[in-house]
Amino acid sequence: MNHTAKDRPGDAVAFVDERLGAARGMRWLMDYVFPDHWSFLLGEIALYSFVVLVLTGTFLALFFDPDTTQTVYHGSYHALQGQSVSNAYASTLHISFDVSGGLLARQVHHWAALVFVAAITLHLLRIVFTGAFRKPRDINYFIGVTLLALAILEGFAGYSLPDDLLSGMGLAIAWAVAMSLPLIGGPFATALWGGRFPGSTAFESRLFIAHVFLLPAIIGGLIAVHLAIIMRQRHSQFPGPGRREDNVVGTPMWPGYALRSLGLFAAVAALLVLMGGLIQINPVWLWGPYHPYIGTNGAQPDWYLGWLIGALRLMPNLEIHAFGHTFVPNPFFGGVLFPGIVFGLLYALPWLDRRFISRDYRRHDLLERPRDNPRRSALAAALLSAVAVVFAAGSADRLFFQFGFGYEGAVWFFRGAFLVVPVITYLVTKRVCAGLAREQAHPLRGWSGHVVIRNRSGGFDADAEAIELDTAER
Amino acid sequence: MRRRLMMMVALGCGALALTDFAAHWDASATPSPTSTAAPSGLVAQGHALFDSSCASCHGLSAQGISGRAPSLHGVGALAADFYLQTGRMPLPNPKAQPLRTSPAFSPSKIKALVAYVGSFGGPDIPTVQPSRGSLAEGQRLFGLDCAGCHTIQGQGGIVTGAIVPALNQATPRQVGEAVRIGPYVMPRFGEGELTGTEVNSLARYIQSIQHPDNLGGWGIGRIGPIPEGMVAWLLAAAALLLIARLLGERTSEQPERPPRPGGGA
Repeated sequence: MNHTAKDRPGDAVAFVDERLGAARGMRWLMDYVFPDHWSFLLGEIALYSFVVLVLTGTFLALFFDPDTTQTVYHGSYHALQGQSVSNAYASTLHISFDVSGGLLARQVHHWAALVFVAAITLHLLRIVFTGAFRKPRDINYFIGVTLLALAILEGFAGYSLPDDLLSGMGLAIAWAVAMSLPLIGGPFATALWGGRFPGSTAFESRLFIAHVFLLPAIIGGLIAVHLAIIMRQRHSQFPGPGRREDNVVGTPMWPGYALRSLGLFAAVAALLVLMGGLIQINPVWLWGPYHPYIGTNGAQPDWYLGWLIGALRLMPNLEIHAFGHTFVPNPFFGGVLFPGIVFGLLYALPWLDRRFISRDYRRHDLLERPRDNPRRSALAAALLSAVAVVFAAGSADRLFFQFGFGYEGAVWFFRGAFLVVPVITYLVTKRVCAGLAREQAHPLRGWSGHVVIRNRSGGFDADAEAIELDTAER
Repeated sequence: MRRRLMMMVALGCGALALTDFAAHWDASATPSPTSTAAPSGLVAQGHALFDSSCASCHGLSAQGISGRAPSLHGVGALAADFYLQTGRMPLPNPKAQPLRTSPAFSPSKIKALVAYVGSFGGPDIPTVQPSRGSLAEGQRLFGLDCAGCHTIQGQGGIVTGAIVPALNQATPRQVGEAVRIGPYVMPRFGEGELTGTEVNSLARYIQSIQHPDNLGGWGIGRIGPIPEGMVAWLLAAAALLLIARLLGERTSEQPERPPRPGGGA
């Protein structure tokens, strides 16, 4: 590389190269090309939410006391003065009201957690609907699905830590689901909790270590592997002029993409801090402390577990008894089997797609648009709609309450919807995809082809008017 | 006339029941448990009203009609006051769940009806003084006895077979009455379960959740993860999608990008 005095990135490369001999690697990194499509930023939103989570989480961990020993609250929150609470709950109140910036950090952390899982979900949808999970990216896809599962687990551990009314009730459900595992449920749950629910005091510190060390370390490590594999395999890209299976058309890391990505980081961080400062989230002081003998109506998990609550609610009263024992207790179906099937289908997707949907075993570096593979898009939309119905069933009682609709009626309504909605979604999606494929028009961006007219001399002219139309619509 | 005016003023103050002063007037103006006898004119007025508005279900002398509505002998002024002040009675039909609406009768008519039902004996309207209760104790008791159905922030909800009312309009006196009655499927709490002092604490806690401090910012309904998830998706995820859309394809200024054949942008 040619440096001049003003060539700062060049200077940086020279600085590193003279010491580490890394010029080739740096050069490769700076020349790495990212395709220009907004949907490739979804995973980055998740990545930057994770950065915000680590930063705020580190701050919170400095003040949080993972101990469920009971104490009498004498902090600055008036309404709970003199109540018997756990040290964990008291320290959460301490963070919220007595530590400078503590409530902001808590709220930013919680909003970031919700956005983290939302961004992973959107990213996953992009991957599924464009066939980006196909060979050779199936390996990285498995890592991504694992990251989603770990993010949900990590979020639930965080939700459970403050020992407020909601977190305690959430753990009670988790306990029931753990107990429902056939044959091993009892020993498994008691081993995890260190005794019967609510467990020994060791449980809170296990949860804490899982939340602040084990799971974030695994998630961070898998993110690193995820990114390394992406760069090793190069990005996939949408088909288009000049785009082939063996190239990537887009913006190089430097100059260009690195700044764009930094801009996205700034936007994600700014939005999360803004929300943390302005919108109240998980006001544990209003929920009060948890004791195993109290509960509140309308308790809900964070959104990413809503589909499991929905499954527990919708599952008919079925249990498998034999020889005077309950082999499969009811929570197993909604709490273990249903998420097991959903994640099982996600993990099996590359294989299912090769074998049954696309019947295509070749390597693909060009993506498909959802319309290019109507069967896959329709099946994915059907699965998504089934999960969405169960998700809605987990919280719709609040909505039905507003209209005075009974709870039992709502459960039957959603049981019916679970069977009907995926079928309708499949048929509608397939039709829409086939229609779009015929028209070759983007539903949001319009038509992106070119009219070519043969002229008198036998050559071809692009229709200028059509080109202008196309350019304007971009 | 002067007496009636005074009683109405006292009732208004009693409904607020925020100060000992008001409670004092309330206690002196409404009949105390030792002297349950209401003025006979008021009872007669209440009787006439009862015959025209309530007797079709509860019977002409409030003795109840089997399979239709219970006897009101012995429920006392307490129950009559609660059901009429909260608009739960009269019901639209005998099978309906009593739900809170605006009262069907004017305050003076309610007074007369309450006096008539109270004339059959039974508990009097309780005196609830939130200022004498403890907020933390109220929070603890509410979590123990009430939140299971009403939610910890008194937002109401659904239980099997019934709609649980929100407590955002419940006055301290109505809280004290509901605790002793156990309307519809709600359990009844006697003096043994909740003392008068504890009811004062509960009423104080319910007042506090009616005026939330929302220390964390915009309260988004204070019902926890549902509105939080909606904000995360509809506000945060939508904003980030927009940002990604704007940021992700800012390519026209990039000279490195090879021109697409055909001149498309």
